[in-house]
Amino acid sequence: MGEMIVVQDLVKNYGDFCAVNHISFTVPEGKIFGFLGPNGAGKTTTIKMLTTVLDPTSGSIRVNGHDPTREQKQVRRSFGIVFQDPSLDDELTAQENMDLHGILYGVPHAERKKRIDMLVDFVGLADRKKDFVKHFSGGMKRRLEVARALLHKPRILFLDEPTIGLDPQTRNHIWSYIQQLSKEESVTVFFTTHYMDEADRVANDVAVIDHGKIVAQGAPGELKEKTKSATLEDAFIALTGHAIREEEATSADRMRMMGRVWRGAGRR
Amino acid sequence: MRAIYILCLRQLKRYVRSPARIIGSLGQPILFLVALGFGFRSMFARAGGGNYLNFLAPGIISMAILFNAVFSGIEIIWDRQFGFLKETLVAPVSRLEIVFGRTLGGAIVAMAQGTVVFVICLIAGFRIESALLLPVAIVFMFLIALLFTSIGTAVGSVLQDMQGFPLIMNFLVMPLFFFSGALFPATGLPKALQIALRLNPLTYGVDGLRGALSNTFAFSMATDFIVLSILTAILLAVGSYFFSKIQL
Repeated sequence: MGEMIVVQDLVKNYGDFCAVNHISFTVPEGKIFGFLGPNGAGKTTTIKMLTTVLDPTSGSIRVNGHDPTREQKQVRRSFGIVFQDPSLDDELTAQENMDLHGILYGVPHAERKKRIDMLVDFVGLADRKKDFVKHFSGGMKRRLEVARALLHKPRILFLDEPTIGLDPQTRNHIWSYIQQLSKEESVTVFFTTHYMDEADRVANDVAVIDHGKIVAQGAPGELKEKTKSATLEDAFIALTGHAIREEEATSADRMRMMGRVWRGAGRR
Repeated sequence: MRAIYILCLRQLKRYVRSPARIIGSLGQPILFLVALGFGFRSMFARAGGGNYLNFLAPGIISMAILFNAVFSGIEIIWDRQFGFLKETLVAPVSRLEIVFGRTLGGAIVAMAQGTVVFVICLIAGFRIESALLLPVAIVFMFLIALLFTSIGTAVGSVLQDMQGFPLIMNFLVMPLFFFSGALFPATGLPKALQIALRLNPLTYGVDGLRGALSNTFAFSMATDFIVLSILTAILLAVGSYFFSKIQL
Protein backbone atom coordinates (compact mmCIF):
# COMPACT_ATOMS: atom_id res chain seq x y z
CA MET A 1 0.00 0.00 0.00
CA GLY A 2 1.49 3.35 -1.10
CA GLU A 3 1.45 6.79 0.39
CA MET A 4 -1.35 8.83 -1.18
CA ILE A 5 -0.42 12.21 0.25
CA VAL A 6 3.13 13.13 1.26
CA VAL A 7 3.80 16.60 2.63
CA GLN A 8 7.30 17.67 3.62
CA ASP A 9 8.31 20.89 5.30
CA LEU A 10 5.42 22.81 3.77
CA VAL A 11 5.32 26.59 4.29
CA LYS A 12 2.87 29.29 3.19
CA ASN A 13 3.50 32.93 4.00
CA TYR A 14 1.18 35.82 3.28
CA GLY A 15 3.55 38.79 3.60
CA ASP A 16 4.79 38.67 7.18
CA PHE A 17 2.06 36.30 8.30
CA CYS A 18 2.96 32.62 8.32
CA ALA A 19 -0.26 30.65 7.70
CA VAL A 20 1.41 27.25 7.42
CA ASN A 21 4.72 26.79 9.19
CA HIS A 22 6.94 23.83 8.22
CA ILE A 23 4.41 21.02 8.43
CA SER A 24 5.02 17.40 7.37
CA PHE A 25 2.70 14.42 7.30
CA THR A 26 1.79 11.40 5.18
CA VAL A 27 -1.53 9.74 4.45
CA PRO A 28 -1.42 6.07 3.34
CA GLU A 29 -3.77 4.87 0.62
CA GLY A 30 -7.22 3.91 1.80
CA LYS A 31 -6.91 5.63 5.16
CA ILE A 32 -9.14 8.30 6.64
CA PHE A 33 -7.10 11.22 7.87
CA GLY A 34 -8.54 13.95 10.09
CA PHE A 35 -6.89 17.36 9.99
CA LEU A 36 -7.98 19.18 13.13
CA GLY A 37 -7.35 22.66 14.42
CA PRO A 38 -9.02 25.79 15.74
CA ASN A 39 -10.28 28.50 13.39
CA GLY A 40 -7.51 30.15 11.43
CA ALA A 41 -4.97 27.41 12.22
CA GLY A 42 -4.07 26.81 8.58
CA LYS A 43 -6.33 23.88 7.65
CA THR A 44 -7.99 25.40 4.62
CA THR A 45 -4.73 26.96 3.41
CA THR A 46 -3.16 23.48 3.49
CA ILE A 47 -6.08 21.98 1.56
CA LYS A 48 -5.78 24.73 -1.05
CA MET A 49 -2.13 23.87 -1.57
CA LEU A 50 -2.85 20.14 -1.78
CA THR A 51 -5.57 20.77 -4.36
CA THR A 52 -3.50 22.93 -6.77
CA VAL A 53 -5.29 26.26 -6.24
CA LEU A 54 -2.60 27.88 -4.11
CA ASP A 55 1.17 27.76 -4.58
CA PRO A 56 3.23 26.99 -1.47
CA THR A 57 6.00 29.35 -0.37
CA SER A 58 8.31 26.35 0.12
CA GLY A 59 8.30 22.64 0.86
CA SER A 60 7.18 19.68 -1.19
CA ILE A 61 3.84 17.96 -1.77
CA ARG A 62 2.99 14.67 -3.50
CA VAL A 63 -0.64 13.84 -4.15
CA ASN A 64 -1.14 10.42 -5.74
CA GLY A 65 2.55 10.61 -6.66
CA HIS A 66 2.26 13.96 -8.44
CA ASP A 67 3.37 17.49 -7.63
CA PRO A 68 0.36 19.88 -7.40
CA THR A 69 2.44 22.85 -8.56
CA ARG A 70 3.69 21.18 -11.75
CA GLU A 71 1.48 18.18 -12.62
CA GLN A 72 -1.83 19.89 -11.95
CA LYS A 73 -3.95 17.80 -14.29
CA GLN A 74 -2.83 14.46 -12.87
CA VAL A 75 -3.39 15.73 -9.33
CA ARG A 76 -6.80 17.22 -10.15
CA ARG A 77 -7.96 14.02 -11.79
CA SER A 78 -7.14 12.04 -8.65
CA PHE A 79 -9.21 13.94 -6.12
CA GLY A 80 -12.75 15.05 -5.41
CA ILE A 81 -13.39 17.90 -3.01
CA VAL A 82 -16.11 19.35 -0.84
CA PHE A 83 -15.11 22.91 -0.05
CA GLN A 84 -15.76 24.67 3.21
CA ASP A 85 -17.91 27.28 1.45
CA PRO A 86 -20.62 26.43 -1.06
CA SER A 87 -19.38 25.99 -4.63
CA LEU A 88 -22.52 25.12 -6.59
CA ASP A 89 -24.06 27.27 -9.30
CA ASP A 90 -27.34 28.42 -7.73
CA GLU A 91 -28.85 29.31 -11.08
CA LEU A 92 -28.56 25.74 -12.36
CA THR A 93 -30.52 22.67 -11.30
CA ALA A 94 -29.02 19.86 -9.23
CA GLN A 95 -28.85 17.67 -12.33
CA GLU A 96 -27.14 20.44 -14.34
CA ASN A 97 -24.57 21.01 -11.61
CA MET A 98 -23.77 17.29 -11.62
CA ASP A 99 -23.66 17.16 -15.41
CA LEU A 100 -21.35 20.16 -15.60
CA HIS A 101 -18.97 18.45 -13.18
CA GLY A 102 -19.10 15.18 -15.10
CA ILE A 103 -18.34 16.92 -18.39
CA LEU A 104 -15.48 18.93 -16.89
CA TYR A 105 -13.98 15.68 -15.59
CA GLY A 106 -14.55 13.85 -18.86
CA VAL A 107 -16.90 11.19 -17.51
CA PRO A 108 -18.47 9.47 -20.58
CA HIS A 109 -22.15 10.18 -21.18
CA ALA A 110 -23.67 6.79 -20.30
CA GLU A 111 -21.59 6.36 -17.18
CA ARG A 112 -22.25 9.93 -16.15
CA LYS A 113 -25.98 9.42 -16.32
CA LYS A 114 -25.80 6.21 -14.32
CA ARG A 115 -23.54 7.59 -11.62
CA ILE A 116 -25.51 10.83 -11.28
CA ASP A 117 -28.72 8.86 -10.72
CA MET A 118 -27.00 6.60 -8.23
CA LEU A 119 -25.29 9.39 -6.27
CA VAL A 120 -28.24 11.78 -6.22
CA ASP A 121 -30.35 8.95 -4.93
CA PHE A 122 -27.73 8.11 -2.32
CA VAL A 123 -27.77 11.63 -0.85
CA GLY A 124 -31.58 11.59 -0.88
CA LEU A 125 -32.10 14.20 -3.59
CA ALA A 126 -33.50 11.97 -6.34
CA ASP A 127 -36.86 13.75 -6.38
CA ARG A 128 -35.22 17.20 -6.37
CA LYS A 129 -32.93 16.59 -9.33
CA LYS A 130 -34.70 19.03 -11.62
CA ASP A 131 -34.95 21.79 -9.02
CA PHE A 132 -32.78 24.90 -8.98
CA VAL A 133 -30.06 24.79 -6.36
CA LYS A 134 -31.05 28.29 -5.19
CA HIS A 135 -34.16 26.73 -3.66
CA PHE A 136 -32.14 24.17 -1.67
CA SER A 137 -31.45 24.39 2.06
CA GLY A 138 -27.85 24.49 3.30
CA GLY A 139 -27.94 20.80 4.16
CA MET A 140 -29.27 19.82 0.74
CA LYS A 141 -26.54 21.82 -0.98
CA ARG A 142 -23.94 20.08 1.16
CA ARG A 143 -25.31 16.66 0.24
CA LEU A 144 -25.29 17.56 -3.43
CA GLU A 145 -21.69 18.68 -3.12
CA VAL A 146 -20.71 15.38 -1.57
CA ALA A 147 -22.44 13.53 -4.41
CA ARG A 148 -20.71 15.74 -6.96
CA ALA A 149 -17.26 15.19 -5.44
CA LEU A 150 -17.70 11.43 -5.87
CA LEU A 151 -18.98 11.56 -9.46
CA HIS A 152 -15.68 11.01 -11.24
CA LYS A 153 -14.55 8.19 -8.90
CA PRO A 154 -11.67 10.04 -7.23
CA ARG A 155 -8.80 8.18 -5.52
CA ILE A 156 -8.68 10.84 -2.82
CA LEU A 157 -11.54 12.74 -1.25
CA PHE A 158 -10.89 16.13 0.37
CA LEU A 159 -13.61 17.21 2.75
CA ASP A 160 -13.25 20.67 4.31
CA GLU A 161 -15.77 20.68 7.18
CA PRO A 162 -18.21 18.62 5.14
CA THR A 163 -20.82 18.04 7.81
CA ILE A 164 -21.47 21.63 8.91
CA GLY A 165 -25.17 22.31 9.04
CA LEU A 166 -26.18 18.69 8.59
CA ASP A 167 -28.49 16.82 10.94
CA PRO A 168 -27.14 13.74 12.77
CA GLN A 169 -29.00 11.39 10.41
CA THR A 170 -27.37 12.83 7.32
CA ARG A 171 -23.97 13.04 9.00
CA ASN A 172 -24.10 9.38 9.94
CA HIS A 173 -25.35 8.43 6.52
CA ILE A 174 -22.57 10.28 4.73
CA TRP A 175 -19.81 9.09 7.05
CA SER A 176 -20.85 5.47 6.84
CA TYR A 177 -20.80 5.70 3.04
CA ILE A 178 -17.37 7.33 3.10
CA GLN A 179 -16.06 4.65 5.48
CA GLN A 180 -17.40 2.02 3.13
CA LEU A 181 -15.72 3.69 0.14
CA SER A 182 -12.45 3.80 2.00
CA LYS A 183 -12.71 0.15 2.98
CA GLU A 184 -14.03 -1.36 -0.25
CA GLU A 185 -12.48 0.84 -2.90
CA SER A 186 -9.46 2.11 -0.93
CA VAL A 187 -10.44 5.71 -1.42
CA THR A 188 -8.20 7.92 0.70
CA VAL A 189 -10.04 10.54 2.72
CA PHE A 190 -8.57 13.80 4.01
CA PHE A 191 -11.00 15.81 6.09
CA THR A 192 -11.23 18.71 8.51
CA THR A 193 -13.94 19.11 11.12
CA HIS A 194 -14.77 20.86 14.36
CA TYR A 195 -16.79 17.88 15.57
CA MET A 196 -14.25 15.91 17.61
CA ASP A 197 -16.60 12.98 18.23
CA GLU A 198 -16.86 12.62 14.46
CA ALA A 199 -13.07 12.63 14.03
CA ASP A 200 -12.69 10.14 16.88
CA ARG A 201 -15.17 7.77 15.29
CA VAL A 202 -14.11 7.78 11.65
CA ALA A 203 -10.45 8.83 11.42
CA ASN A 204 -7.65 6.26 11.35
CA ASP A 205 -5.18 9.04 12.03
CA VAL A 206 -5.42 12.68 12.96
CA ALA A 207 -3.06 15.63 12.98
CA VAL A 208 -3.71 18.67 15.15
CA ILE A 209 -2.58 21.95 13.68
CA ASP A 210 -2.41 25.23 15.59
CA HIS A 211 -0.93 28.59 14.50
CA GLY A 212 0.29 26.93 11.31
CA LYS A 213 2.23 24.17 13.12
CA ILE A 214 1.35 20.54 13.67
CA VAL A 215 1.31 20.08 17.46
CA ALA A 216 0.34 16.41 17.59
CA GLN A 217 -0.14 13.49 15.22
CA GLY A 218 -1.33 9.91 15.57
CA ALA A 219 -4.36 7.68 16.01
CA PRO A 220 -7.15 9.32 18.06
CA GLY A 221 -6.48 6.75 20.81
CA GLU A 222 -2.81 7.69 20.99
CA LEU A 223 -3.62 11.36 21.32
CA LYS A 224 -6.07 10.70 24.13
CA GLU A 225 -3.49 8.54 25.88
CA LYS A 226 -0.73 11.10 25.46
CA THR A 227 -2.81 13.92 26.91
CA LYS A 228 -4.49 11.64 29.48
CA SER A 229 -7.89 12.75 28.22
CA ALA A 230 -11.16 10.84 28.13
CA THR A 231 -12.33 12.21 24.79
CA LEU A 232 -10.67 13.57 21.68
CA GLU A 233 -12.29 16.91 22.41
CA ASP A 234 -10.48 17.11 25.78
CA ALA A 235 -7.26 16.06 24.07
CA PHE A 236 -7.80 18.78 21.46
CA ILE A 237 -8.32 21.44 24.13
CA ALA A 238 -5.29 20.18 26.06
CA LEU A 239 -3.19 20.53 22.91
CA THR A 240 -4.47 23.85 21.60
CA GLY A 241 -5.53 25.70 24.77
CA HIS A 242 -8.73 27.46 25.75
CA ALA A 243 -8.25 30.77 23.97
CA ILE A 244 -10.92 31.59 21.41
CA ARG A 245 -9.47 32.41 18.00
CA GLU A 246 -10.25 35.41 15.93
CA GLU A 247 -10.65 34.52 12.31
CA GLU A 248 -10.55 37.31 9.83
CA ALA A 249 -13.89 37.65 8.09
CA THR A 250 -13.85 37.46 4.34
CA SER A 251 -15.88 39.83 2.27
CA ALA A 252 -18.00 36.90 1.10
CA ASP A 253 -20.87 37.67 3.44
CA ARG A 254 -20.98 41.29 2.45
CA MET A 255 -21.00 40.18 -1.18
CA ARG A 256 -23.89 37.79 -0.63
CA MET A 257 -25.87 40.65 0.84
CA MET A 258 -25.01 42.86 -2.12
CA GLY A 259 -25.83 40.00 -4.45
CA ARG A 260 -29.38 39.92 -3.22
CA VAL A 261 -29.79 43.64 -3.67
CA TRP A 262 -28.31 43.51 -7.15
CA ARG A 263 -30.34 40.57 -8.26
CA GLY A 264 -33.42 42.57 -7.35
CA ALA A 265 -32.16 45.42 -9.51
CA GLY A 266 -31.92 43.06 -12.42
CA ARG A 267 -28.23 43.19 -13.24
CA ARG A 268 -25.55 40.96 -11.83
CA MET B 1 -13.08 21.46 -25.90
CA ARG B 2 -15.70 19.92 -23.62
CA ALA B 3 -14.92 22.48 -20.92
CA ILE B 4 -15.29 25.38 -23.35
CA TYR B 5 -18.61 23.97 -24.50
CA ILE B 6 -20.14 23.38 -21.08
CA LEU B 7 -18.98 26.67 -19.54
CA CYS B 8 -20.26 28.55 -22.57
CA LEU B 9 -23.58 26.74 -22.29
CA ARG B 10 -23.76 27.65 -18.62
CA GLN B 11 -23.50 31.39 -19.41
CA LEU B 12 -26.27 31.07 -21.98
CA LYS B 13 -28.56 29.21 -19.59
CA ARG B 14 -28.03 31.81 -16.91
CA TYR B 15 -28.83 34.58 -19.40
CA VAL B 16 -31.99 33.01 -20.77
CA ARG B 17 -33.20 32.27 -17.24
CA SER B 18 -32.95 35.79 -15.90
CA PRO B 19 -35.50 37.97 -17.68
CA ALA B 20 -34.84 40.62 -15.03
CA ARG B 21 -31.32 41.00 -16.35
CA ILE B 22 -32.42 41.02 -19.98
CA ILE B 23 -35.04 43.70 -19.41
CA GLY B 24 -33.00 45.60 -16.82
CA SER B 25 -30.04 46.15 -19.10
CA LEU B 26 -32.29 47.37 -21.93
CA GLY B 27 -33.23 50.45 -19.92
CA GLN B 28 -30.14 52.50 -20.57
CA PRO B 29 -29.89 51.92 -24.35
CA ILE B 30 -33.59 52.69 -24.83
CA LEU B 31 -33.22 55.88 -22.81
CA PHE B 32 -30.30 57.04 -24.97
CA LEU B 33 -32.04 56.00 -28.15
CA VAL B 34 -35.25 57.85 -27.39
CA ALA B 35 -33.87 60.93 -25.63
CA LEU B 36 -30.97 61.58 -27.99
CA GLY B 37 -32.35 59.99 -31.13
CA PHE B 38 -35.48 62.06 -31.17
CA GLY B 39 -34.13 65.02 -29.19
CA PHE B 40 -31.27 65.80 -31.57
CA ARG B 41 -32.95 64.65 -34.76
CA SER B 42 -33.95 68.01 -36.21
CA MET B 43 -30.75 69.72 -35.10
CA PHE B 44 -28.65 66.98 -36.75
CA ALA B 45 -30.63 67.19 -39.96
CA ARG B 46 -30.36 71.00 -40.04
CA ALA B 47 -26.59 70.72 -39.64
CA GLY B 48 -26.56 68.55 -42.75
CA GLY B 49 -25.81 65.27 -40.93
CA GLY B 50 -28.79 63.44 -42.36
CA ASN B 51 -31.00 61.08 -40.35
CA TYR B 52 -29.69 61.09 -36.77
CA LEU B 53 -31.53 57.91 -35.81
CA ASN B 54 -29.74 56.00 -38.55
CA PHE B 55 -26.48 57.48 -37.30
CA LEU B 56 -27.17 56.82 -33.63
CA ALA B 57 -28.66 53.29 -33.75
CA PRO B 58 -25.35 51.45 -34.46
CA GLY B 59 -23.82 53.41 -31.56
CA ILE B 60 -26.60 52.36 -29.21
CA ILE B 61 -26.30 48.72 -30.30
CA SER B 62 -22.56 48.94 -29.61
CA MET B 63 -23.31 50.44 -26.22
CA ALA B 64 -25.59 47.57 -25.25
CA ILE B 65 -22.92 45.08 -26.32
CA LEU B 66 -20.20 47.00 -24.47
CA PHE B 67 -22.08 47.11 -21.18
CA ASN B 68 -23.21 43.50 -21.27
CA ALA B 69 -19.80 42.25 -22.37
CA VAL B 70 -17.96 43.99 -19.55
CA PHE B 71 -20.52 42.71 -17.04
CA SER B 72 -20.28 39.17 -18.35
CA GLY B 73 -16.52 39.30 -17.87
CA ILE B 74 -16.81 40.79 -14.41
CA GLU B 75 -19.15 37.95 -13.39
CA ILE B 76 -15.93 36.14 -12.43
CA ILE B 77 -16.00 38.20 -9.24
CA TRP B 78 -19.44 36.84 -8.38
CA ASP B 79 -18.40 33.30 -9.17
CA ARG B 80 -15.39 33.76 -6.95
CA GLN B 81 -17.48 35.09 -4.07
CA PHE B 82 -20.30 32.58 -4.44
CA GLY B 83 -17.81 29.75 -4.75
CA PHE B 84 -18.50 28.32 -8.18
CA LEU B 85 -15.14 29.47 -9.52
CA LYS B 86 -13.38 26.98 -7.21
CA GLU B 87 -15.29 24.10 -8.75
CA THR B 88 -13.91 24.97 -12.19
CA LEU B 89 -10.39 25.75 -10.98
CA VAL B 90 -9.84 22.31 -9.40
CA ALA B 91 -11.22 20.46 -12.45
CA PRO B 92 -8.68 18.66 -14.67
CA VAL B 93 -8.95 21.18 -17.51
CA SER B 94 -6.57 23.99 -18.36
CA ARG B 95 -7.26 27.53 -17.25
CA LEU B 96 -7.13 28.49 -20.90
CA GLU B 97 -10.15 26.30 -21.68
CA ILE B 98 -12.04 27.73 -18.72
CA VAL B 99 -11.35 31.32 -19.65
CA PHE B 100 -12.17 30.73 -23.34
CA GLY B 101 -15.46 29.05 -22.44
CA ARG B 102 -16.44 31.85 -20.10
CA THR B 103 -15.38 34.60 -22.49
CA LEU B 104 -17.09 33.04 -25.47
CA GLY B 105 -20.29 32.51 -23.47
CA GLY B 106 -20.17 36.10 -22.22
CA ALA B 107 -19.61 37.39 -25.73
CA ILE B 108 -22.59 35.45 -27.11
CA VAL B 109 -24.78 36.78 -24.30
CA ALA B 110 -23.64 40.35 -25.04
CA MET B 111 -24.36 39.81 -28.73
CA ALA B 112 -27.82 38.48 -27.97
CA GLN B 113 -28.49 41.59 -25.94
CA GLY B 114 -27.17 43.73 -28.80
CA THR B 115 -29.55 41.95 -31.16
CA VAL B 116 -32.49 42.74 -28.89
CA VAL B 117 -31.48 46.41 -28.95
CA PHE B 118 -31.13 46.21 -32.74
CA VAL B 119 -34.73 45.05 -33.00
CA ILE B 120 -35.85 47.87 -30.70
CA CYS B 121 -34.00 50.35 -32.93
CA LEU B 122 -35.87 48.97 -35.94
CA ILE B 123 -39.15 49.46 -34.10
CA ALA B 124 -38.12 53.04 -33.25
CA GLY B 125 -37.70 53.78 -36.96
CA PHE B 126 -34.11 52.81 -37.72
CA ARG B 127 -33.66 51.60 -41.32
CA ILE B 128 -30.61 49.65 -42.51
CA GLU B 129 -28.95 50.43 -45.83
CA SER B 130 -28.61 46.94 -47.19
CA ALA B 131 -29.60 43.51 -45.87
CA LEU B 132 -26.61 42.07 -47.75
CA LEU B 133 -24.27 43.67 -45.24
CA LEU B 134 -26.00 42.11 -42.21
CA PRO B 135 -23.43 39.28 -41.95
CA VAL B 136 -20.70 41.96 -41.80
CA ALA B 137 -22.64 43.70 -39.03
CA ILE B 138 -22.82 40.41 -37.12
CA VAL B 139 -19.05 39.98 -37.42
CA PHE B 140 -18.50 43.45 -35.98
CA MET B 141 -21.00 42.83 -33.18
CA PHE B 142 -19.18 39.64 -32.30
CA LEU B 143 -15.76 41.32 -32.30
CA ILE B 144 -17.02 44.12 -30.05
CA ALA B 145 -18.57 41.54 -27.71
CA LEU B 146 -15.44 39.37 -27.56
CA LEU B 147 -13.11 42.31 -27.07
CA PHE B 148 -15.00 43.81 -24.15
CA THR B 149 -15.78 40.49 -22.49
CA SER B 150 -12.01 39.94 -22.51
CA ILE B 151 -11.50 43.30 -20.81
CA GLY B 152 -14.16 42.34 -18.26
CA THR B 153 -12.41 39.01 -17.72
CA ALA B 154 -9.09 40.75 -17.09
CA VAL B 155 -10.69 43.19 -14.65
CA GLY B 156 -12.74 40.47 -12.93
CA SER B 157 -9.64 38.32 -12.46
CA VAL B 158 -7.74 41.10 -10.75
CA LEU B 159 -10.47 42.56 -8.52
CA GLN B 160 -11.21 40.67 -5.31
CA ASP B 161 -14.73 41.98 -4.75
CA MET B 162 -17.33 44.37 -6.10
CA GLN B 163 -15.98 47.37 -4.16
CA GLY B 164 -14.16 48.57 -7.24
CA PHE B 165 -17.24 48.30 -9.41
CA PRO B 166 -18.26 52.00 -9.57
CA LEU B 167 -14.64 52.74 -10.49
CA ILE B 168 -14.87 50.42 -13.49
CA MET B 169 -18.23 51.85 -14.45
CA ASN B 170 -17.28 55.53 -14.27
CA PHE B 171 -13.64 55.43 -15.33
CA LEU B 172 -13.67 52.63 -17.90
CA VAL B 173 -17.07 51.74 -19.34
CA MET B 174 -18.65 55.18 -19.50
CA PRO B 175 -15.61 56.95 -21.06
CA LEU B 176 -15.26 54.09 -23.55
CA PHE B 177 -18.84 54.68 -24.59
CA PHE B 178 -18.83 58.49 -24.69
CA PHE B 179 -15.51 58.77 -26.53
CA SER B 180 -16.26 56.25 -29.23
CA GLY B 181 -18.16 58.20 -31.82
CA ALA B 182 -21.33 56.37 -30.82
CA LEU B 183 -23.20 59.63 -30.24
CA PHE B 184 -21.42 62.09 -32.56
CA PRO B 185 -19.33 61.84 -35.76
CA ALA B 186 -15.62 61.22 -35.25
CA THR B 187 -14.69 64.11 -37.50
CA GLY B 188 -14.13 67.82 -36.88
CA LEU B 189 -13.35 67.31 -33.19
CA PRO B 190 -10.80 69.12 -30.99
CA LYS B 191 -7.36 67.51 -31.22
CA ALA B 192 -7.41 65.92 -27.72
CA LEU B 193 -10.80 64.35 -28.28
CA GLN B 194 -9.71 63.15 -31.69
CA ILE B 195 -6.77 61.32 -30.12
CA ALA B 196 -8.97 59.81 -27.39
CA LEU B 197 -11.33 58.47 -30.04
CA ARG B 198 -8.46 57.05 -32.08
CA LEU B 199 -7.13 55.17 -29.04
CA ASN B 200 -10.52 53.74 -28.07
CA PRO B 201 -11.14 50.23 -29.45
CA LEU B 202 -14.90 50.81 -29.40
CA THR B 203 -14.47 53.63 -31.98
CA TYR B 204 -13.52 51.03 -34.57
CA GLY B 205 -16.36 48.72 -33.54
CA VAL B 206 -18.93 51.51 -33.77
CA ASP B 207 -17.51 52.67 -37.09
CA GLY B 208 -17.52 49.18 -38.57
CA LEU B 209 -21.04 48.50 -37.39
CA ARG B 210 -22.25 51.86 -38.61
CA GLY B 211 -20.62 51.20 -41.96
CA ALA B 212 -22.33 47.86 -42.28
CA LEU B 213 -25.75 49.08 -41.17
CA SER B 214 -25.92 52.71 -42.32
CA ASN B 215 -23.10 52.86 -44.88
CA THR B 216 -21.22 55.80 -43.31
CA PHE B 217 -17.57 55.29 -42.38
CA ALA B 218 -15.11 57.54 -40.60
CA PHE B 219 -12.33 55.07 -41.43
CA SER B 220 -12.90 52.10 -43.73
CA MET B 221 -14.30 48.63 -43.24
CA ALA B 222 -10.85 47.04 -43.69
CA THR B 223 -9.22 49.39 -41.16
CA ASP B 224 -12.01 48.79 -38.63
CA PHE B 225 -11.86 45.05 -39.07
CA ILE B 226 -8.08 44.74 -38.85
CA VAL B 227 -7.69 47.06 -35.85
CA LEU B 228 -10.56 45.41 -34.00
CA SER B 229 -9.34 41.87 -34.71
CA ILE B 230 -5.80 42.60 -33.55
CA LEU B 231 -7.02 44.34 -30.39
CA THR B 232 -9.44 41.50 -29.65
CA ALA B 233 -6.65 38.93 -29.95
CA ILE B 234 -4.39 40.97 -27.66
CA LEU B 235 -7.07 41.57 -25.03
CA LEU B 236 -8.17 37.94 -25.11
CA ALA B 237 -4.56 37.02 -24.34
CA VAL B 238 -4.39 39.63 -21.56
CA GLY B 239 -7.66 38.41 -20.02
CA SER B 240 -6.48 34.80 -20.19
CA TYR B 241 -3.17 35.75 -18.59
CA PHE B 242 -4.80 37.45 -15.61
CA PHE B 243 -7.30 34.62 -15.24
CA SER B 244 -4.47 32.06 -15.21
CA LYS B 245 -2.88 33.96 -12.31
CA ILE B 246 -5.92 33.70 -10.02
CA GLN B 247 -5.16 32.06 -6.70
CA LEU B 248 -7.85 31.27 -4.20
